[in-house]
Amino acid sequence: MSAAARSGDAGSQKPQWMTAAWRVALAVGATLVIVMVMAFLMLPIVALITYQPLHDLVDGFGSSVVTDAILVSLKTNGIAFAIMIVLGTPFAYILARRQFFGRTVVITLVEVPLVMPPAVAGLGLLVAFGRFGLLGHTLTALGIDLAFTQAAVVLAILFVASPFYLRGATAAFEAVDPTLIDVAGTLGAGPVRRLLRVAIPLASGGIGAAAAVAFARGIGEFGATILFAGSFQGVTQTLPLAVYSLFDANLDQAIAIGVLLIIVSAAILLASKLLIRSWTSSISTSSYLDEGSSFVQP
Amino acid sequence: MRTVAGLERPRAGRIALGEEIWCDTERRIHLSPERRRVGYLPQDYGLFPHLDVAANVRFAGKRDRPDLLERLRIAHLAGARPRQLSGGERQRVALARALAREPRVLLLDEPFGALDAVTRRQVRDELADLLTTLRLPTLLVTHAFDDAIVLAERIAVIDRGHLDQLARPRELLRNPATAMVAELTGANVLEGTATPCPTGSTVRLTGGGELISSTPASGPVKIVVQPWELHPADPDSSTVTDEVIKVRHDHGRLVIRLTRFTIQIDLDDNGRHAISEGQPLGLRAEPANVRVLRPQAGNDYDQVS
Repeated sequence: MSAAARSGDAGSQKPQWMTAAWRVALAVGATLVIVMVMAFLMLPIVALITYQPLHDLVDGFGSSVVTDAILVSLKTNGIAFAIMIVLGTPFAYILARRQFFGRTVVITLVEVPLVMPPAVAGLGLLVAFGRFGLLGHTLTALGIDLAFTQAAVVLAILFVASPFYLRGATAAFEAVDPTLIDVAGTLGAGPVRRLLRVAIPLASGGIGAAAAVAFARGIGEFGATILFAGSFQGVTQTLPLAVYSLFDANLDQAIAIGVLLIIVSAAILLASKLLIRSWTSSISTSSYLDEGSSFVQP
Repeated sequence: MRTVAGLERPRAGRIALGEEIWCDTERRIHLSPERRRVGYLPQDYGLFPHLDVAANVRFAGKRDRPDLLERLRIAHLAGARPRQLSGGERQRVALARALAREPRVLLLDEPFGALDAVTRRQVRDELADLLTTLRLPTLLVTHAFDDAIVLAERIAVIDRGHLDQLARPRELLRNPATAMVAELTGANVLEGTATPCPTGSTVRLTGGGELISSTPASGPVKIVVQPWELHPADPDSSTVTDEVIKVRHDHGRLVIRLTRFTIQIDLDDNGRHAISEGQPLGLRAEPANVRVLRPQAGNDYDQVS
């Protein structure tokens, strides 16, 4: 074997030390890029967490602004989440199972709020449901005044977060083997029982993960809320809104809220990863995933 | 299968069980699956992976059925998950679950498709016994004719959406209605040209040689002879000859594959035979066993009725 054949270059005569140097340069470059990206992503989080000693952090939670914000966030997100699950799950199921006229259009429309800038979403809600908006007169006639109320917060959260849930839940239902749902029907289960006893358990991990993402989006919702519901402490001022209102006057408290939100987000992320992992293994019928089987016949 | 179960809507047709009409496209009747009492087993059995065996069986009847578990010999598996079970076990669980529904008809879609060759025969024999004791109308879909023979009282052969023949297994062997049915039963099907003769017709085979059939016919035909209806003879005094390719034993008989034919003969008492590969063999058959199929419109061969 000649030297030229070994190096693989027919004509050029690159000395071996240059190829090695190039490889080292690549490795160093790759490491640098990774380090820089990780640093960029992690630095803000680390900075927030280490800004003040733990003692001061906990003190920050004592103020009424913070506790009010926690209550508003809990209540509005809780209600929005409940509505999203109760109404969204059957909707996602139907979307996943049935082929109907205009299905693609519906799916695309459902995802529109995802690509809207949150502030624009808030504007849209205002124009639709505000006193002088599209439905304004009807609502006023019914005695309902939506804008700048706590209900407005719920609506804003629903608007921006539910597409995440619907998208994920629909995908989760689509991943369920349709034969299983069919068989459930032949075994006497009506549509409700098929959804509750077969589809949802089998799609549970995906649904859970989708719910987690939607919840995280809802907790962090700012733009639509501030435009449609305003930032009134104790009524519509959620945690993100409180951060904004606080960070001029009382940076420490703003940071305390920030840390709280980071912890909540991290917990949600972890939960969704674990859910997906346990889900994929639990609904599989292939035997290779189960090693210590004591039931298999010889 | 899915249509009978109610999972698909036919464009046109009628499905009824006795007096009960399940589907009638003309009268716009279509009962949903949950209102038909069917026991449907899809090809991979469709066991619910998130439930254990007992819960799977419980699904239809909403109460435990230890009797069914006993009967299908899966009681010891009650707490197992489907993914822990072997193919034969899964089938029995699926059957128990379907029976818990107290169905009026059983629908088995390729019940042995998911099984390996070794388990297949045993499971098939057990299923045959079970079906006999159940006395439930059962519809079974399979592409393996020997499974159909073992399990069925009557067999419907459907080729490209067309019902070729609906008859008892023996009838399909004796009087296949089309070339497709004949091939399915493992018969020899060969093309030839028939000329009428006093005792029926003489068929000149396309690949050479002649066979005499008791059926009068003329023109292009296909002849059908079952492997055990052909007997080896001296090549020099036979009307048709062929060359042996492979000889194999099958359940105490000899299956000889030749270039154009496959024949079956019984072994002598010592289990020995004098046939060797590459040997030219003469063949003869009773004219009554040389069935003639005439071509029909659409390229299908159908029998003289």
